[in-house]
Amino acid sequence: MLRFNVILLLVAVICAIGAVNSNHRARKLFVELEREQARMKELDVEWNQLQLEQSTWASHARVEKIARDKLGMKTPAPGQIVSVEK
Amino acid sequence: MKHIKSPLLAENLPQWRSRVLLLLLLAASVALVVRALYLQAYQSDFLGDKGKARYERVLEISATRGKVVDRNGDVLAVSTPVKSIWAVPEDAKLTPHEARELALLLELDVKELNRRLASEKDFVYLKRQIPPDVADKVATMNLAGIHQQNEYRRYYPNGEVTAHVIGFTGTGDAGQEGIELALDGALTGKPGSRRVIKDRRGQVVEDVESIRAPQDGKEVVLSLDAKIQYLAYTQLKQAMVDHKAKAGALVVLDAKNGEVLALVNSPTYNPNNRVKLAGAQLRNRVFTDTFEPGSTMKPFTAALALESGKYRFDTPIQTAPGKLTIGTATISDAHVHGLLTLAQVIQKSSNIGISKVALSFKPDDMWQMFDKLGFGSPLKLGFPGEVGGRLRPAKSWRPIEQATMSYGHGISVTLMQLAHAYMAFARDGDLIPLSLTRLDSPPLVGKPVISAQTAREVRAMLEMAVQPGGTAPRAQIAGYRVAGKTGTAHKLEGGAYANKYVASFVGFAPATDPRLIVAVMIDEPGGAAHYGGDVAGPVFAQIMAGALRTLGVAPDAPLKPLQMADAVKEGV
Repeated sequence: MLRFNVILLLVAVICAIGAVNSNHRARKLFVELEREQARMKELDVEWNQLQLEQSTWASHARVEKIARDKLGMKTPAPGQIVSVEK
Repeated sequence: MKHIKSPLLAENLPQWRSRVLLLLLLAASVALVVRALYLQAYQSDFLGDKGKARYERVLEISATRGKVVDRNGDVLAVSTPVKSIWAVPEDAKLTPHEARELALLLELDVKELNRRLASEKDFVYLKRQIPPDVADKVATMNLAGIHQQNEYRRYYPNGEVTAHVIGFTGTGDAGQEGIELALDGALTGKPGSRRVIKDRRGQVVEDVESIRAPQDGKEVVLSLDAKIQYLAYTQLKQAMVDHKAKAGALVVLDAKNGEVLALVNSPTYNPNNRVKLAGAQLRNRVFTDTFEPGSTMKPFTAALALESGKYRFDTPIQTAPGKLTIGTATISDAHVHGLLTLAQVIQKSSNIGISKVALSFKPDDMWQMFDKLGFGSPLKLGFPGEVGGRLRPAKSWRPIEQATMSYGHGISVTLMQLAHAYMAFARDGDLIPLSLTRLDSPPLVGKPVISAQTAREVRAMLEMAVQPGGTAPRAQIAGYRVAGKTGTAHKLEGGAYANKYVASFVGFAPATDPRLIVAVMIDEPGGAAHYGGDVAGPVFAQIMAGALRTLGVAPDAPLKPLQMADAVKEGV
């Protein structure tokens, strides 16, 4: 009877340690998740800013100005266009 | 045991006193047990919450507003985080050196900064919406009483080019105009929240749970094509300058699926900086303003005539002597044309010709046709402030009104309605709903309005109008067959027609298999020219040519020098 009780006690102790351990792991993972989520948000913000920057650089007004003034490009006259049939 | 003899104990106390005491003690312990049970069993949730409230806090997690992009994914509106710097003046005791440094970072005058910090209030903004990197520098200065808060700011990289479509957001990042308002529900994010344990100093010690994950706003993909939009914007702006016009509007539609590819208004405004915003700049002439369209309405009466079977493409109509009296009013043409066919009435835009056609029908027939084409009721595109124009019930039409309505006076429309109605000619007789957002597949069924045969015949008439002998030879495009109609309407001012005009042009191309519909409206051209063919026609041609090239639509006409004959003056 005494031996059985000792075994039960041991089982209880092991379970308790297990519970503490998994609780601790859960918290650690949660912190990690939070950190990754914060990073995701940060990257998202950066992505938005880069898109904004890209669309500012690639604005049609700027592209047209550079094409015309700097590169000396112009719209082809209708006679200069050859359409390639498929 | 030896008892102490005490005179007090020697006295015999009455038995009941000890019993009463015992009972009282018992009752007290029962009361305690009951109270404990009550607290443990019935009040435990409430008390538990109270306890948690001492150390747990719920934090809000902000969600960003969705982006607005064009059909090719180019960004048209995006939110980025910014910071606002605020202060508690009582706590902020800056040394003169610190004040100078802070003022430099915030691009403020030192005097202005000190004036704000001397305020009696508990809370003052020092500078709103500054870039995060500047805010970080302020944070590293570690000044007492100077705080920061996160905010979002909406940017519109295309600025004034897309102002009237996208609109803008107001305080709190809520949509206030245009698409920002129309699709506010989808664009707005739902902020989330999480529960954390905070210590006495307010620092987060532990995360407990995430209550609700934040939901960022959805990205909205518009039907707009930024390239065509830019082209339309620059051409319209140029036309405004060339013709000293008061205002102008323009819309480009895809005839195949009803998408709105470009929508421009002039004058416009910069949505990124709305300090000097005036009412005139905000007006959206495509959706929310109506105008009397003038001769651009004529093809609809011609369609009614063909549809009835009473007229054919070449039915002759006498327009001489260039004047027609109906009741007490007289209408006239700019030129005396003599005998014209129905097609020529459209080509040369004869008011008398189309009025005679109109008067051979019952008012109700005409009303039915206009109603089927969508005039008089809003298009229900979901755009804020959309109006339906004015189409009075047929019962109240007098003959002179019926005649003037056939050439677009006494009826008012929005530019979008007009462009949409031309879709019936561009699409073999049916109308499909328009869309401001990109569609994955075109709407399958259209609403039939006129027969395919009628649509083809009107198309041929509209092609004649842009050729030499028509009212708009300057709307021709090299390499493509174009069909369209000019409009030059007197403006109503205080109930009378003034010598001010609205010049318009609505057309589509390539005429063999129409792909695009372009409608242009120029309000009060102040230069030498005021006819639709001279003012709006060339704008149409420029935009149509550019848009067809952008979309890679194959030419449908042999290349030959355009014959830019003088336009036939249309009836006004």
